[in-house]
Amino acid sequence: MSVGAAAILAALALLAALAFGPDLKRRLGRRRRTTGRLHPRRQPAYDPGRERRAERKARDLLRSVVGEDAFAMYSDLGFIRVHGGAGPASGYGYLIYPHRPIVAYEAGSGELLNEYCVGFPDGSDPDAGTRLPDSDDVLAKWMALHGDEHGLIADSNMHFPGRQVDPGQVRRDLRRLREWEGRRG
Amino acid sequence: MKPGHGDVLLAEGDVEVAEDEERLVEEFRRQLDEGMWAAVPTAETGGRREARMVRDFSEIPRDAERVIFFPRAAGG
Repeated sequence: MSVGAAAILAALALLAALAFGPDLKRRLGRRRRTTGRLHPRRQPAYDPGRERRAERKARDLLRSVVGEDAFAMYSDLGFIRVHGGAGPASGYGYLIYPHRPIVAYEAGSGELLNEYCVGFPDGSDPDAGTRLPDSDDVLAKWMALHGDEHGLIADSNMHFPGRQVDPGQVRRDLRRLREWEGRRG
Repeated sequence: MKPGHGDVLLAEGDVEVAEDEERLVEEFRRQLDEGMWAAVPTAETGGRREARMVRDFSEIPRDAERVIFFPRAAGG
């Protein structure tokens, strides 16, 4: 190969690197990230015993913090209602479900207002995953709503009702809540 | 509160004992530096349960029984 041909090849390689290099780098980076997220060997092994023990502890903690009434609501109905603002007089409330969006509703009419999608991911122990036990997730939402309602709402992604939680289910839950409270006097 | 574990005891002590308080302050700051939120559960008169978010050790009531750390909220 002559010196001229080699120079032309080198120039073409340089032009190709300049033209396609950034895109190729971006694609490779995306592929690495995707592979890391989805590869089964990188997922923490699911240990049902560990998760059950963690959930049992989380339920005890939840009970000790929210009190007997709210804990009974969670045990019986699967969610906890928190009054918005300064209490029942605010006229609105939230339903807290484990690992589902918080649903805001108007207390008088039962009209659904918004869904607030929020999570509490913790990546400090890769072997344990990033997801809190169900009852810890409920407690985190409960504490954050009580302690800094506006801050939590600001940190969440707000959607119209029905985006992730079935509005029919929420209406049924509000009816179940009224009946449940009626039975308890 | 931790995934796969539930609640884990990080530190305990009496804030009236200087040595204990120093240790509690240190752990409190370490947790916040790691990005955790801190809340103090309270019981109001009439038994109503509440929680107060705290960002500094001095905001914790001296008679608080516990501080609960949990991961910071992120929009899902």
